[in-house]
Amino acid sequence: MKRVILLVTAVMLVAGCESMPKVQPWQKGNLAKPEMAFDPDTLEARFADHTYFSKEAASGGAGVGGGGCGCN
Amino acid sequence: MRFAKTLAAVAAALSIGIASAQEVGKTAPAFDLPSSNPQNVKLADLKGRVVYVDFWASWCAPCKQSFPWMNDMQAKYGAKGLTIIGVNVDKKRDDADKFLSGTPAKFTVAYDTTGKVAESYQPKGMPTSFLIGADGVVRAVHVGFRDKDREDLEREIAAALTASGRK
Repeated sequence: MKRVILLVTAVMLVAGCESMPKVQPWQKGNLAKPEMAFDPDTLEARFADHTYFSKEAASGGAGVGGGGCGCN
Repeated sequence: MRFAKTLAAVAAALSIGIASAQEVGKTAPAFDLPSSNPQNVKLADLKGRVVYVDFWASWCAPCKQSFPWMNDMQAKYGAKGLTIIGVNVDKKRDDADKFLSGTPAKFTVAYDTTGKVAESYQPKGMPTSFLIGADGVVRAVHVGFRDKDREDLEREIAAALTASGRK
């Protein structure tokens, strides 16, 4: 019985989210703005990543193998 | 096992609320929108013509690539019975006009600032095009625009024109 109540509560909680308006493909204008990007400058972000994983001697820090020598 | 069944039932119940997208074989929803022409553009006025409705936005990069191609298609097939309508879904018409000053459109542009027409067509991404036959029925739906899509899309347009008996 307890499990049933728990399940019903969980379903109701999830169903509550469903009524929230979904952002439709044609409404993504604001999300497409440059200031919404994770990295404002792609080139600079790549450069910083490269420096980071070279200095950290981490292997594959930014999806590239090797590290340590700063030559990759 | 019982839990899995319940979970499946819940998932099914939740998915009912999702509106179905405009599908091939269904009559295209009517629209009446302000446009780049002096008069509003109405789908009903275009009965007997093959209509290519393309949903686009100023913030959409592939849309920009599709414009020269749509200009070409309008020039090539316009006399044969094709009308291309680019439905802009920007909330501000200014954004669209700014885009158009850099990327000219040689076809009719309609402004759906409220998003009502987009809601009735349910484009699944930007851009999405709906090829509507002369009988007003959706013949093809295409999401996105890549270079390799050009030939297929043109073939579909040509087939729609042939089916309309205009050639």
